[in-house]
Amino acid sequence: MITTFTEWDIVRNLLLAGRWTVLLSLVAFIGGALVTLPLLLLRLTGGRGINRIIRGYIELFQGTPLLMQLFLAFFGVALLGIDISAWTAASLALTLYTSAFLLDIWFGSIRALPKGQWEASRCLGLSFTQTLCRVVAPQAVRIAIAPTVGFAVQVVKGTALASIIGFVELTKAGTMLTNVTYQPFKVFALVALGYFLLCYPLSRYSRYLENKFNASHHH
Amino acid sequence: MTEQLHFSELWQHWPALLAGLWVTIQLAVLTTIGGLAIGVFGAAIRSGRSTWFSHLWGGYVELIRNTPFVVQLFFIVFGLPNLGLKMTAGEAALLAMVINLGAYSTEIIRAGIQVTPKGQWEAGRVLGLSRIQTFIQVILPPALQRIYPALVSQCIIVMLGSAVVSQVSYEELTFAANLIQSRTFLSFEVYLVVTGIYLVLSITMRQLLMAAGRKWLRIQA
Repeated sequence: MITTFTEWDIVRNLLLAGRWTVLLSLVAFIGGALVTLPLLLLRLTGGRGINRIIRGYIELFQGTPLLMQLFLAFFGVALLGIDISAWTAASLALTLYTSAFLLDIWFGSIRALPKGQWEASRCLGLSFTQTLCRVVAPQAVRIAIAPTVGFAVQVVKGTALASIIGFVELTKAGTMLTNVTYQPFKVFALVALGYFLLCYPLSRYSRYLENKFNASHHH
Repeated sequence: MTEQLHFSELWQHWPALLAGLWVTIQLAVLTTIGGLAIGVFGAAIRSGRSTWFSHLWGGYVELIRNTPFVVQLFFIVFGLPNLGLKMTAGEAALLAMVINLGAYSTEIIRAGIQVTPKGQWEAGRVLGLSRIQTFIQVILPPALQRIYPALVSQCIIVMLGSAVVSQVSYEELTFAANLIQSRTFLSFEVYLVVTGIYLVLSITMRQLLMAAGRKWLRIQA
């Protein structure tokens, strides 16, 4: 059966697939944050050995292509005898990838605070947990928020690679539509526009937060 | 565990991996040189007077920074021939990577220039240097010193991104891996080895670029 694709058909299909881009981004970002928190605590409290392992974890995910991480998740889990869908593999790889970057950003934000903050709080009789939650975290969040939102842009863009292991999101939909419409110029321009509409507001918001919190630093 | 890993069978395929690695290294070197050159030029444009060209450049930077590399690559490889612009997979891959790094490095270098005191410009001009001389000899070196580590990280990110150009049949390291896995069915083993190669590549690249920075930009640390 031959069907002709109108402009609206192209846009509609891209929008439908775009939902999966948004969902995968959310899963990766939230999953990444959940993996990061315990690792962050470990890094704050652990000794030299734990610190080295966590540094290795970060180096491993930041120093290798995300595409390889996706391939390894896809084929690695299958090797264990578990059938894995492209969606699961992509969520898994992107979650770990995200956590490696968030760990760096959040740990850096905590370390950026003067050491005296810890010492003063402990002297006042606050426990480690109280110091972390009541004194350090509120200040660190203000430093971390702009780069964290900025990194969310990287996560959204990273989801495009899930298309390569066969997950149908915005980019994969673009490739498929190209194959039926033979209009790669138009289709990929629209795909790029889709990502831009998702990412640009995040970029702008990150810059706004950066200015806001930088300005409040030296008042 | 239902299966064993078979690394030994991969040995006979090392020439293919080596050839792919060599292509990836070439891509990385050319991209770093080309991308940084564009970045310096773009940062100069973006730091100078506000003209239609500097706004246009700003648009380019935002467009690249807010879309995935793989989409940029597909647009160049599949979209541009629609306009009659044809090139080989290698040319398209290199073009996509240089355009990508050019946008990011524009923004990074511009950030380094932004914190330079205005008096530096004025001092250079008073000493009789032209605007271009002031930029290259007075403004640029301390700006690069300030942001150099970020610039190095970005070069490495773009190098790692080159894995994606295997998708347009350019025969670099990941393409070699795909080929070997399709022949041996040792998917996990092949990708594990290649991931290790990329890791070594990124660590080496950081060391080399930091050494270059110490030598030519006199960066401490």
